[in-house]
Amino acid sequence: MVYDDPVTINHLHQYMSQYVIEAKDLTKRYRDLTAVDSISFSVTRGELFGFLGPNGAGKTTTMKMVQCVSPRTGGKLRVFGDDPETSGRIIRKRIGVVPQETNLDPDLSVFDNLTVYARFFDIGRDDAIKRAKNLLEFFELEGKKDTIIEKLSGGMKRRLLLARALMNNPDLLILDEPTIGLDPQARHHIWEKLLKLRAEGHTIVLTTHYLDEAARLCDRLVIMDHAKILVDGSPDALVRTFIGMDIVETDKSDQVTRYLDSINISYGTGGEMIQVRTDKPRELADRLTEQFREIRVITRPGSLEDVFLMLTGRGIRE
Amino acid sequence: MKIKINEKAGILLIGVSRVWFRNALVFRRNIRVNLLPPFIEPLLYLGAIGFGIGAYITDIEGVPYIRFIAPAILAASVMNASFFECAYGTYVRMYYQKTFDALLATPITIQEVILGEIFWGATRGLISALSISIVLLLLGLASPVGLLIALPFSFLAGVLFSSIAACFSAVSPSIDTMSYPATLFVAPMFLFSGTFFPLHLLPQIVQVLALLLLPLTHVVSLIRGLLTETSVPLWALNISWIVMGTIIFSFLAIRLFERRLVV
Repeated sequence: MVYDDPVTINHLHQYMSQYVIEAKDLTKRYRDLTAVDSISFSVTRGELFGFLGPNGAGKTTTMKMVQCVSPRTGGKLRVFGDDPETSGRIIRKRIGVVPQETNLDPDLSVFDNLTVYARFFDIGRDDAIKRAKNLLEFFELEGKKDTIIEKLSGGMKRRLLLARALMNNPDLLILDEPTIGLDPQARHHIWEKLLKLRAEGHTIVLTTHYLDEAARLCDRLVIMDHAKILVDGSPDALVRTFIGMDIVETDKSDQVTRYLDSINISYGTGGEMIQVRTDKPRELADRLTEQFREIRVITRPGSLEDVFLMLTGRGIRE
Repeated sequence: MKIKINEKAGILLIGVSRVWFRNALVFRRNIRVNLLPPFIEPLLYLGAIGFGIGAYITDIEGVPYIRFIAPAILAASVMNASFFECAYGTYVRMYYQKTFDALLATPITIQEVILGEIFWGATRGLISALSISIVLLLLGLASPVGLLIALPFSFLAGVLFSSIAACFSAVSPSIDTMSYPATLFVAPMFLFSGTFFPLHLLPQIVQVLALLLLPLTHVVSLIRGLLTETSVPLWALNISWIVMGTIIFSFLAIRLFERRLVV
């Protein structure tokens, strides 16, 4: 994208190993809690890979282990073919991280946030200035160059975090809930940039609990819950496998459930809705509206949300 | 083998200097606010205690009272600057600003972060020592040669106080609990380390406790020797305590921060 670097040793190295991240039975246990329970996954080069799951599923803990910040309790983990336990510094040099909680340096200006950060990667001053300028342009923050962090909006902070994570031209970009707490405009802005980065061949791993975000962005994803990976696949494949058909939805009432029972159609209930999976949605919808004049019926294709709720249940998580 | 160790130490040192540099840059941005207090503070103490109380005291062991307390004021301000930087400054960067999290996502290691913080705290101490030296020099209250030797030494003392503060910072559950070491450790040190009166005026048991537990005692004793050009009877003990303390508390600080942050 914004760089004109020649192919470096790092890139060559990466071509040699197939996986950017490889985890087998990866486990993280705290004293009285298993945060990540024997999960296995792999991320290949150029992929936009997602970890989807409710709060507390173990997504962030997994990211922390990949970033070589949190040591694993068990299992195997390789990043760029190296072990985080022994090669943390080398691996971190090639990773860019956008944390869930903003940790921009409030003591420094927007521009200094980028150039000071670059120093921690041994990037020379001239190089750092050039990259900072390019990245601010890419993220449409040129006008905020000398602003202090406090004065930035939530969306701008997030974009600056992204810019900062790209300062070292990373071979792997990790984003922990990249659009959490942002308004729709700011979310779309971030998505647009992420898709652009993916198109340029960046390997990106993100965690999210937004289903639309996962469905829209990810090439492949895993759904995590209670420290385990439930399923993995592309968003489309997951919907095909687990939902398979279209969905007819209607308000919950005893008459409707009695009717569906009587014509031997199985249904699910969630919240105030009755849901029926079917390959003939129109037909069922017509029968329902014929039977109950006043009823509100919606037909729609199955979505990642249906997969997600089916697998994780509807209970509210703290 | 030896080359490998040197190489590792080199990488560590570069990392430490990068962390140090970040803090120095922020300090430089606010230089006007940051540089004024170290000049004002010694003048207040010299004025109130030196000239005020000093009017009733002619001299202590042949040294005019104001010259007797001048080295103590220098030592105490090194302590204050270093200690508070690594107590509150470090805590704020770790807990509120999440600066450490940001640093630890780069190739920088936790050891480098903590040592960078400690050396930065010591630098704050040195900056204080430097400004007070100028005041003392202008007022003719200290030996110029003594001051020259005292400056690098105050950096070492700064490392000691910073590393102790870093230990407290690492175990403090909240910023409020930091007032415990401030009132139970720093404040007594300021008063009972032979700062404003000679240590031997205290009951013997308190003297022993001061030598054992209050590192400022040793710093004051050495700096006083340098600035008033008098002999320091306990110099060997003073130097050993400071050197050993610096090493022990630096390692301890790293260990405690690892326990807190690497989970």
